[in-house]
Amino acid sequence: MKNNKDFRREPLTDTQLLMTITICIFVAMYLLAMALLRGGFLHAQQVFDMLNDNASLIIVSCGLTIVMIGGGIDISVGAVTSLVVMSCILYLNNGGNIFVSIILALGIGVAFGLVHGFLVSYLEIQPFIVTLAGMFFARGLTTILSVQPQKIDHEGFAKLRDAKIVIPWLGYWAKNGNRVPARIELGVVVALACVVIIFILLKFFKTGRNFYAIGGNQQSALMLGINVKRTRFISYVLSGLLSGISGYVFMMHTGAGNATNAAGMEMNAIASSIIGGTLLTGGVGNVVGTLFGTLTLTTIKKIVVSSGLNDPWWQSITTGGMLCFFILLQSVVLARRAKKKKS
Amino acid sequence: MKDNLKRIFKGGLGQLTIPLIAIALLVIFNLIRDPSFFSIELTLNNNGNTVLSGNLISIINGASELAVLAMGMTLVTAACGGQDISVGAAAAIAGSAFVKILKSGPSINIGTVIMAFLFACVVAMLFGSFNGTLVSVFKIQPMIATLILYTCGRSIAYWINGGATPTVSSPIITAIGGFIPGVPIPTPVLIVIGVALVFVLVFHFTSLGLFTQSVGINGSAARLNGINSTFIKLLSFIILGLCVAVAGTIGVSRLGLINHETLLLDIEMDAILAVAIGGNNLGGGKFKISGSIIGAYVIQMLTITLYAMKVPSTDVKAYKAIVIIILVVIGSPVIKSKFQKFMNKIKSNRQRVSVKGAE
Repeated sequence: MKNNKDFRREPLTDTQLLMTITICIFVAMYLLAMALLRGGFLHAQQVFDMLNDNASLIIVSCGLTIVMIGGGIDISVGAVTSLVVMSCILYLNNGGNIFVSIILALGIGVAFGLVHGFLVSYLEIQPFIVTLAGMFFARGLTTILSVQPQKIDHEGFAKLRDAKIVIPWLGYWAKNGNRVPARIELGVVVALACVVIIFILLKFFKTGRNFYAIGGNQQSALMLGINVKRTRFISYVLSGLLSGISGYVFMMHTGAGNATNAAGMEMNAIASSIIGGTLLTGGVGNVVGTLFGTLTLTTIKKIVVSSGLNDPWWQSITTGGMLCFFILLQSVVLARRAKKKKS
Repeated sequence: MKDNLKRIFKGGLGQLTIPLIAIALLVIFNLIRDPSFFSIELTLNNNGNTVLSGNLISIINGASELAVLAMGMTLVTAACGGQDISVGAAAAIAGSAFVKILKSGPSINIGTVIMAFLFACVVAMLFGSFNGTLVSVFKIQPMIATLILYTCGRSIAYWINGGATPTVSSPIITAIGGFIPGVPIPTPVLIVIGVALVFVLVFHFTSLGLFTQSVGINGSAARLNGINSTFIKLLSFIILGLCVAVAGTIGVSRLGLINHETLLLDIEMDAILAVAIGGNNLGGGKFKISGSIIGAYVIQMLTITLYAMKVPSTDVKAYKAIVIIILVVIGSPVIKSKFQKFMNKIKSNRQRVSVKGAE
């Protein structure tokens, strides 16, 4: 007879354990960089720059995390981001309105999400193929819109792009003796808001809990009375919506459109989610982990650059090595856990 | 004979139905658009050989790398229930290794080419077994395990090349990538036929096919029946490594240079697509390599058709996506069962009408 105590919650669930490992490694790595490499790592601006550069990646990774928790995959996110950037820029350059452009961005994202969701959940086609086709379609449309790089030329948008939150007391002294205040772009605010909203959605709302249920075990979720198809559908729509937002944020950061924008972003987003402790099998994951996953990936690249490995290949080789380390670590941790549970 | 025909008309082709329908549709579409689309003629090429040329030849020739990779990918998909997304990057590494050996000697002769190819095979198999170990021993999903090599593979190739894009020029290399003097058929096509023949022989004389299938359907059940499922998974990745080396060699020989960024770019997606169009379940289990090969030619025929319709090469992806979606929607289980119900309804209606007529 099992004791009542056994039914108590474990101190850490799989999700929390993997996330904690990631956050610890990120903090340790950053502290080491501060101690050994010094330089830029001592300024608060370094962290803000990492956020500024990766705001759109963070947003996209959040969407991907939701889909991956639900047991699916969405590799179209980078291409949709690129399509949103290109179409919004063409629209704004032809004398468009900013509000309409935001709606356009969200609309494109949601449209892709709706189609993907319908094909995957109601027609039961493999998500990889559906979103691969979505990726091809979005990339193709981007080049149909314009092969040439486009520069944005719109007064209102320039204001929006240059709007920054300035924190004077976090600044640093530049070499010429001027004090440079810390700058945060609006996109970062949007990204962090997305993280918080999705965190709350996944933690406290029924829809959010349903994602974990269908990802963990689809059959039992169905028997519990969860509408599996609709939940999966919603996960893809959310991912599409977030790709739309990410496209707008990307445009606010770069202010230019190019057919090769956000190339390889989908794989970076998948890597961020994995490092943050999301499992591709579904049912395990957390957006806060994903945020730290993105930061970890960026920190590695920064460390490689500032430690003097200047050959162009070192960045991605170290990223690959790091990814390998995290993936192996997760596999070992989860395997040990499963063994403990059995005994 | 009659029974066979009946079986085929009842959808008895099984998983080959969709790829064959796709090929038939493309052929019909092209013949209506331009009746001379598939005409083949003998021409003299730059090297003075009489060779076959025409759209059909360029389709079959252009899909060679894809067909070779799709064969290996089918095996990995069937055994592991996941796909290898690093084949393009691994092919770049294999190509770099191939060129590295060719460049190291004073001159290029048959011996060095064979040496270089064997070295490329060993390198590609090493990287394949790296992926395979992660998947089989550490039980990581294939897509995530191969994401590592996908991220850093092309950089490793760049590293091997020493930050350059070296070229190789030799009649032997031209013969591998183009035509052997006196033979009108492109060499890559002959290589694909050779690889396919090897697969046929292996499946005929060993139980690899059966083992792969059973590991893919239920790994632990296969293990209880005495099949070493870890080894089978690892082996599938090593075989894919060999395919990667062949594809990389063809790719390098075709151009006569190794460019780590553009060699077989995005081919992993096309290879997975070929496997899916071939009617194989991406979740593992039952598989048909012939389906994947047909899938590879479907993709290439689609591309060439779009080129022939004067679609810019950058825009081809969008149209390709539409055709892919149509194909997979037709093949989806839900649509199939709906169609079956619809047909049954029509049948029963007809019976009812005939019964009424009798009354």
